[in-house]
Amino acid sequence: MKIKNISLAHGNGGSESKELVEGLFYSVFGNKILNKSEDAALIENGKLAFTTDSFTVNPLSFAGGDIGKLAICGTCNDLAVMGAKPKYLSIAFMIEEGFSFDELKSIIKSMHDELEKNDAIIVCGDTKVVPKGNVDKLFINTTGIGEIYYSGISASNLKEGMSILISRDIGAHGAVVFAAREGMELSTELKSDCASLYPQVKSIVDGGVNIVAMRDATRGGIAAVLNEWANASGITIEIDESKISISQEVQGICELLGFEATALANEGTFVLAVPSEDAQKALAILRQTHESSAIIGSVNSTYKGKVVLKSSWGTQRFLDLPTGELLPRIC
Amino acid sequence: MSIELKNLYDDFRDAKTIKAYAKQIAIDAKKLGRPIGIMEVCGGHTHTIMKYGLPQLMPANVHFIHGPGCPVCIMPKERVDHAYTLAMQPDVILVTLGDMIRVPGSHGSLQDARAKGADVRFVYSPIDVLKIARENPDKKVIFFAIGFETTTPMTAALLESVIKNDIKNVLFYINHVTVPEVMTTLMIDGENRPVENKIDAFLGPSHVSVIAGSQIYEPFASVYKRPVVVSGFEPVDVMQSIHMILKQLIEGRSEVEVQYARAVEKGGNKKAQELTNKYFEKAPLFSWRGLGKVPKSSWQLKDEFSAYDAQKIYDSILSKEECQDHKLCRCGDILKGLATPPDCTIFGTLCKPSNPVGSCMVSSEGACSAYYKYGNIK
Repeated sequence: MKIKNISLAHGNGGSESKELVEGLFYSVFGNKILNKSEDAALIENGKLAFTTDSFTVNPLSFAGGDIGKLAICGTCNDLAVMGAKPKYLSIAFMIEEGFSFDELKSIIKSMHDELEKNDAIIVCGDTKVVPKGNVDKLFINTTGIGEIYYSGISASNLKEGMSILISRDIGAHGAVVFAAREGMELSTELKSDCASLYPQVKSIVDGGVNIVAMRDATRGGIAAVLNEWANASGITIEIDESKISISQEVQGICELLGFEATALANEGTFVLAVPSEDAQKALAILRQTHESSAIIGSVNSTYKGKVVLKSSWGTQRFLDLPTGELLPRIC
Repeated sequence: MSIELKNLYDDFRDAKTIKAYAKQIAIDAKKLGRPIGIMEVCGGHTHTIMKYGLPQLMPANVHFIHGPGCPVCIMPKERVDHAYTLAMQPDVILVTLGDMIRVPGSHGSLQDARAKGADVRFVYSPIDVLKIARENPDKKVIFFAIGFETTTPMTAALLESVIKNDIKNVLFYINHVTVPEVMTTLMIDGENRPVENKIDAFLGPSHVSVIAGSQIYEPFASVYKRPVVVSGFEPVDVMQSIHMILKQLIEGRSEVEVQYARAVEKGGNKKAQELTNKYFEKAPLFSWRGLGKVPKSSWQLKDEFSAYDAQKIYDSILSKEECQDHKLCRCGDILKGLATPPDCTIFGTLCKPSNPVGSCMVSSEGACSAYYKYGNIK
């Protein structure tokens, strides 16, 4: 399909994003490293991981975090799930004229706190202030370099029989942000899952678990991650729907608006693929951080490239890559 | 005592209950021994049926036929074009509900209009339009009102607030439609001749009946001899309703029964009906996408509220031309229950959720979208 204008759907992390990234960016910039399409690029013969991310969340501050925390977690998590220790970050601000200095200070403070959790430092940066209306309050870009201490993690290595795990209950960040948006006057005690994943990933590696694939389930939710894996590895991922933990608050927002929690963004939740014999060991380690972590499914070859959801009454359906902008249902 | 949210749906998704109904339905179907087509009128039911994989639980002789009850799917292209034209007017904010902003018209969707600079917003509740109007006193806020019996009273309530609060900058482009009239077209044609179909019974949408009552389906049971069960939207609701339908067929009855007794009454919600009747009257004709013109199947604002009627105020700039659908698109047949999505040659190839050709692919409640998304696994 020919794209005429960029729409919001091209930024949703689902099938339209894929179309834009592969159709334009990869076709022009494509090279061996980029085309691997991992969370972070492996450079210098796989010794370093390198990634970048921009943050434009509205509202800037939400239950469980703010754009500053998000900007550090986002980039550090992309490094962490590649088996890298986050080390050096760059930071660039695009600030709208008139933005409150106190608010900026508090955002910087949360960035600082989150950097400490990753034991990483900011080593370069840039500041641009633009006239009112040219950006929405504040945009932040961070780029990060990490040192690989566990290699071989890839979306394309999944094989039949392997187990799929999830690090906690899903969809909290997406639900919080949607609930906080203008016009959605929901009162909820739900907090974003926004968190640095490095410590948790490190404990899995230290525990001797063989990690096949690992990805933080950001935009597009776990549906996007599982579909990417099924596609990249040419296998089927079969998920037992009842094993996925969804908090009551997230489920409530989904019921109200007609969303599926599997398509909601997370900012501190990851999906893990391991050989089946390592599944229990991995689960025991994940449970030390979140009781809601679980083994949610396994890999087979019934519908190659697809993700199948099994209900507890014996029916099956595909879990598709999320499409379009998330819109509430009508009636 | 407080109730937990999950209490509202857990029992209605209970595996044991669903399996028990599946067993009973298999026994009933065997007794009947002939093929049975059950039309779920509403797109919300189509979504439930596909999402929860209910066709996989049906015996070989019980089929679901997907009906015309998706407000996005049945919106004719020319009306999407009207909304697009309205959105592109200077100093207009066009507000609508969810999925509607995705439907492609001749010049593109409302999403495309937004990418070109138009101010298009969606709201969860029509009452949110008041807030937008108050915050933008120098703009005209046009509410592109869509939906069946369920959403019509909300639009009426919005108009009532607009009048009461003397808000001058809210207008309405009304596209509210009604269920029974379009169901009738599946039974008889314009000259009262029976229409060929494979519909043995109807699954009626419960939320429509919460407003309009279960009474609206009486003619389908008494005149057309089709059992109707007004059903909720959870998998247990639908399975129980199928069981109730099969029981009627076995016993040779055709009645209107209510499975969703937790909120549906025969007469419906009188207050909501009064509100609708206060501001609206039946329009002579509405052009349903894929189904053609159906008399008295939609609402229009009464003459005395013309000052709020965007269709009248902007009449001179709204195109009067009728648009044809893509010639390979079979949405019309699908909405009438004469075809299923896989019968369409462009389903899943030319026509996908990311690039919908027909309206049934646009809305998450459209049959094509549900088949594409959930995979129609047998």
